[in-house]
Parts: sequence; structure tokens; C-alpha cells
Amino acid sequence: MSTTSLEAPATTPAFQQVSLARKVKNGLATTLVWLSFLIAVVPLVWVLYTVIAYGIKRIPYSNWWSQDFGDVLSDEVGGGVLHAIVGTLLQGLVCAIIAVPIGMLVAIYLVEYGRNGKLAKATTFMVDILSGVPSIVAALFIYALWITTLGLPRSGFAVSLALVLLMIPVVVRSSEEMLRIVPDDLREASYALGVPKWKTIMKIVLPTAMSGIVGGIMMALARVMGETAPLLVLVGYSAYTNWDIFKGEQAALPLLMNNERVSNPMDPGSVGFDRIWGAALTLVIIIALINLLATVFARLVAPKKK
Amino acid sequence: MRPGDRIFQNLTTGAGIFVVALIGLIGIFLLIQAIPALKADKANFLTNHGWSTNDPANMSFGILDLLEVTVATSVVALIIAMPVSLGIALFLTQYAPKKLARPFAYVIDLLAAVPSIIFGLWGILVFAPAIEPFAQWINETFSWFPLLAPGNVAPSVRGTIFTAGIVLAVMILPIITSLSREVFERTPTPHIEGALALGATRWEVIRTTVLPFGKAGYVGASMLGLGRALGETIALAVILLIPQGKNFDWSLFDGGATFASKIAANYSEFNNEVSAGAYIAAGLVLFVLTFVVNFFARSIIGKKGD
Repeated sequence: MSTTSLEAPATTPAFQQVSLARKVKNGLATTLVWLSFLIAVVPLVWVLYTVIAYGIKRIPYSNWWSQDFGDVLSDEVGGGVLHAIVGTLLQGLVCAIIAVPIGMLVAIYLVEYGRNGKLAKATTFMVDILSGVPSIVAALFIYALWITTLGLPRSGFAVSLALVLLMIPVVVRSSEEMLRIVPDDLREASYALGVPKWKTIMKIVLPTAMSGIVGGIMMALARVMGETAPLLVLVGYSAYTNWDIFKGEQAALPLLMNNERVSNPMDPGSVGFDRIWGAALTLVIIIALINLLATVFARLVAPKKK
Repeated sequence: MRPGDRIFQNLTTGAGIFVVALIGLIGIFLLIQAIPALKADKANFLTNHGWSTNDPANMSFGILDLLEVTVATSVVALIIAMPVSLGIALFLTQYAPKKLARPFAYVIDLLAAVPSIIFGLWGILVFAPAIEPFAQWINETFSWFPLLAPGNVAPSVRGTIFTAGIVLAVMILPIITSLSREVFERTPTPHIEGALALGATRWEVIRTTVLPFGKAGYVGASMLGLGRALGETIALAVILLIPQGKNFDWSLFDGGATFASKIAANYSEFNNEVSAGAYIAAGLVLFVLTFVVNFFARSIIGKKGD
């Protein structure tokens, strides 16, 4: 008798049936959204495939990693990119040595001292604006400052300075984020023990956030190593290995790629073509290695969970 | 305050002030270097199409062509990237299975890690030949439409604004996507649950809660993408063909040079201070342009973030 009332609700719900039009719209939206994701994946896969498929030709040979193009003709098979690897790593390293301390100090200021003050707000805003400064503008600024105003020569170091401008905002942003998630309890416990603020920051806050900060720094470093525009304006290309960052022309992987593009015909299978994609794959490998290193290092310095 | 604390606080505050001052310094140094060249300019800097700076004693250059090409490539890129990024951001926040959302987001971020010279070389050597038949077809079928008329870089349709715009769209996808995603993720759960309880379909939930909530953030993110597109240097320098003696004529199948690509392509003129000044003047305009765009973008996003 009462079982019938359990089988069907007393009143039919308002939205029991979804009309066909709504179903179609929903289906269409779902399809479009999935499609747009696939659209973005296609160029990524295509670019990576191109770099690997064309680049793989030269890099398995040991002279690719141990020689430069110094005594090799531009249309001659042989030689390697050691000179460009040296330049890329040196310029990146010097850039990091300058940009990382500044970036971290700014992040510490924003999180520990600024706390929504006027200067802190202005700093945050300017860091955001700085992250939008085109790399060519950073290069022109260093040109105007370093080469025209101070009269110093073009060099790998001038490139590093331009890269510093591009690296600082990324370091600030990622470090700030990591410092903010350090629990306040840790700071308060340290103050309660009478530890000065600067020591608390150096010994408690920074080590806690370090694994995340290192990750951010490595990402930033990998990004600036792929920059080309500052290299064009601030240093000349040399096919010989140059270990001196303050003097003379110095190659870097992106600069080498651009130089081969300008000076060689770009037919698939030609020497210039192979060199470009070989250098591209080398650059991608270096960037991947740096990221891997960052992950491993971050794991090592991460605070132990019991 | 203990001396250690005072030193440390001053150090971090100094770093903050340094970053704030940096933006001003960039503007000032570019301006100082640009003035002599602007004085020597025989043409109107703002309204002249031509660019002739080879002879420092007789320079005649204007930015109108650069401005038009920069705007055209950026707008094409934005028109393609905006809907696709919206789709991806919705996909990552609303559609993708929770477990996969993070790896998928990482895949899109990988696009940002590819050095821009690799995008440029891929664009001109691999992508442009691949879509040439399609470009040719559009060009021929719709040539009555001014935007799609035959361009000024005959006979090939490879190094055009059409190609450059598409590649540029791929390059700005990750920044628009990641910021939109962050905003969409913050849609209040009660709103979504409310819509679901009323029997809304997935698409209706998005249309009535996620999109209205995230609209401002999405617009801000797109403007940041625009800022990136305006300043992109080497990829465009590699892709765009520069026509001989012809101006940009508002066809997508025109070649040309943007502010950034023009500077990057003519780095060899930087051995002369006066000629370099002309490019620095162009760089200053680009700096102001990206500053304004980023300023508005950040203001929009900042307002929503509170």
C-alpha cells in the first residue's frame, strides 16, 4: 500500500528532463573545450618532434661536445658546439650570481619587512612590470648604460647584465610565493627563544622555503639561457671557444643558431640546417638537465618529514 | 634594534628600492640615448614609413610601419590565442579529471619553456611550408577582402604576418592560460554547487558562475599576453620577411618588421652611436607601449585578486 509512494516522488522535480537544446549546447561546449586543449598540444609535440628528429643527427658524435667550429668551414661537416655551450653556461652562471641575491632580498623584503606598506606595493607592481619588459628593451638599456655611457666593450658580461633584468622578476615572484607559505608559528617560536629577526630569516625561514626557491631559480635560469635578443646587441659571435666573459666575442647556443641561419642556406639536410637543429636539441637538453638538477636538489634540501 | 637586524633590513629594503628605480632608469637611459638620433632625424619620427639609418650624417626614419606591423601581428596572435586559452583554462579547471589537471597544466607550461628562437626556426622552416597550401588557398579565394589581399613579399606566402601571428599565438598561450586558470579556480564553490543543485548542465554552470566571476581576470591575462606579443623579438625576426622598398599595406600576407624584430635584425648597425640611437628610440616606444599595456593588465588583475 505505501510501497507505491516510495517508487516515485510526490512531485516531479523541476529539472527532471534536460531539453535537447541544452544537451546540444553542453555537448558542443565540452567538445570545444577538449579541442582547444588538443590544439595547444599539437604545436608543442610538433616543435619537440622537429627538434629531436632533426637535431639527433649530429649530437651523438663526441666532437659535437668537445670541439668548436673555429677551424671548420661554414659548409663543412664536423666540429662541435663546445664554444656555444661554454658561453651559454658562463653567461647564465654570472647572471644567476647577480640576479639571485637581489631577487631573494627583494622577496624577503616583501614578505618579512614590507607587509603591505607603500614601498612594498610599489615594489610588487614594478616587479610585475619588469617581468613584462621585452628582452630587446633590456638589451638596449644595457647597451645604453654599459657600452655608450660607460664606454665598456661588448662582452658576455654585458649579456649577463641584460639577462639579470629578465631573471630578477621571476626569482622574486617564485621566492616570494615560497616564503609566504612558511608558517608563522616557526617565526614566532624563533622570536620567543630570543633569536634576532635577521637570524630567524636566515636560519629558519629560508631553509624551510629553500627547496621551492631553488626550483624557481632554476626555471628562471633555464628561461634566460634561451634568450637571443640580448646576445645580438651585446656580444659578437665567435666560432672559437672563449672562456673570458669580460673580453672579446663569445658564442652562445641561441646566437650560434641565429648566426648559422643568417650565413647558411637553410635546405633540409644541409650543414647549416643540421647545425641549427643540433644546437637546438643541445639547448633543450641543457634546459631539461637544469630542471632535473633543480628537482633532485630541491628534494635533498627539503625539510625532513619526520 | 640590533645592528644585525638594521643592516639586514636596510639591505632588503634597498633591493626593493633598486627594483622600483630600475624601471625609471630604463626609461631615462633609453631617452638620453635616443635624443641625439631624434634630433638628426630628417623625417617625422612618428608618421614616416621609411627607415634609413645607414648613413649617420643623413638619417631619415619613422616608426609608423613598425607600429602597424607590431599591432597587426599582436592582434592576429591575440585573436587566435584568446579563445583557445579560454578553452584550455576551462578544460583544466572544469573538465579535466582532478588527477590529470596538474600534469596537463604542466604540459601547457612547457610551451613557455621552449626558447623563442626555436619557435622562430620551427615557424619558418617547418610550420610555414606545412601551411603554405592553406595560406595560398585563403589568399587566392578571399583576395577581394583587403586584409587577405596578396601581400608585399611576393611570391612566397611563408614569411608573412599570417604565419608569424599563428606562431606568436602559440607562444602567448601559456601565459594567458595559466593566469585565467588561477582566476577560474577561485570561483566560489557555493556558486557552482548552487547552479548544479538547480539542475544546470556543465556548460550552464560555467556560463552562469565561472565566466562572470573570472571575466576581469581573463581580460587582464589576455592583455598580459598582448604585452608579450608586442615585445616578442627573435621569433618574429626569424619568421617575417622584410619587403624591399614597400610599406605595410594592411594585408595578413604582407611581410614587415615589428619594433623588436627590426632592432634585432639590424644589430650590425650598433657599431655607430648615432645609428644605434635610432633603434634605441624605437626601443623606447616599444618600452612605453608594453609598459602601458602591462600597467592596465596588472591593474585589472590586481583589483580582482583582493
